[in-house]
Amino acid sequence: MNIFDFFRERKKQSSAAVAKERLQIIVAHERGQRSQPDYLPALQQELVEVIRKYVNIDNDQVQVILENQGNCSILELNVTLPER
Amino acid sequence: MAKILVVTSGKGGVGKTTTSAAIGTGLALRGHKTVIVDFDVGLRNLDLIMGCERRVVYDFVNVINGDATLTQALIKDKRLENLYVLAASQTRDKDALTKEGVGKVMEELRENFEYIVCDSPAGIEKGAHLAMYFADEAVIVTNPEVSSVRDSDRMLGLLASKSQRAETGADPIKEHLLLTRYNPARVTKGEMLGVGDVEEILAIRLLGVIPESQAVLKASNQGIPVILDEESDAGQAYSDAVDRLLGKEVPHRFLDVQKKGFLQRLFGGRE
Repeated sequence: MNIFDFFRERKKQSSAAVAKERLQIIVAHERGQRSQPDYLPALQQELVEVIRKYVNIDNDQVQVILENQGNCSILELNVTLPER
Repeated sequence: MAKILVVTSGKGGVGKTTTSAAIGTGLALRGHKTVIVDFDVGLRNLDLIMGCERRVVYDFVNVINGDATLTQALIKDKRLENLYVLAASQTRDKDALTKEGVGKVMEELRENFEYIVCDSPAGIEKGAHLAMYFADEAVIVTNPEVSSVRDSDRMLGLLASKSQRAETGADPIKEHLLLTRYNPARVTKGEMLGVGDVEEILAIRLLGVIPESQAVLKASNQGIPVILDEESDAGQAYSDAVDRLLGKEVPHRFLDVQKKGFLQRLFGGRE
């Protein structure tokens, strides 16, 4: 595929197709969030406050993700510490 | 057994009130005693679309507060024997509607009507929540456009989790998709999401497709529900949707570009 084909390919996609693709992605993402329990944001906030007692971090440096795998759930905690 | 039907969308301006008026009128036309209830407190508009704006004496909030009885507040339609309207209040008090109050009015309406059509306000605030809370079935009005589809999906999530049926563990609310302002010509050109696309994303049963039509504005100008304009494409599409709501199998129309006939092409014809 040369560079001209690349542009031709892109031009072929109608705006409706772009809309559909964007919607499928955002809707799937939001449905995933919907099934999460209500306490996650509060849990994240409290964790940030606890960690802040010892290390200075921002709100978005703690990520809390709940994953469902079959009949067990995994609570994943991701804390990014600032560079020293 | 009476059925409570909510017409909702999340997004504003997609045609909820037009749809509530059309479906309510369609149900009454088919012999069912029907009331259409405006839940848009502060921004009453159903009365205008139904053409009864000068006959509103008491409203929904008056009934809840006990200032008027339901019989006093119900406005009887001048065209159809078994059609009534309950107008929304113009109050600016956001807490005028309460779950208990609305629940009591719904119970009373259930005893007197076959269908109760709830015209939801836009958004996901209290009014919209109470409009769908007691519902047995929901008509999700969606435009083939990104923000409307996303908001509809959001609304589906709320119907499945925040309604009385969800909270009490009863059978879930039956959901119907109504695609409005559909323009087949633009869909063909790839400028607008098609019925199939929206159905695929929202994954709910399609109740009908209402074509973008000049008849809708014409009808609202005159205060006549568009379903009574039997000549119009939108009126016919709503009529089909009501039949489907009542369980009839009706093929979908107005999904393709209407080919102009020879004479129409020659003389232009009505657009």
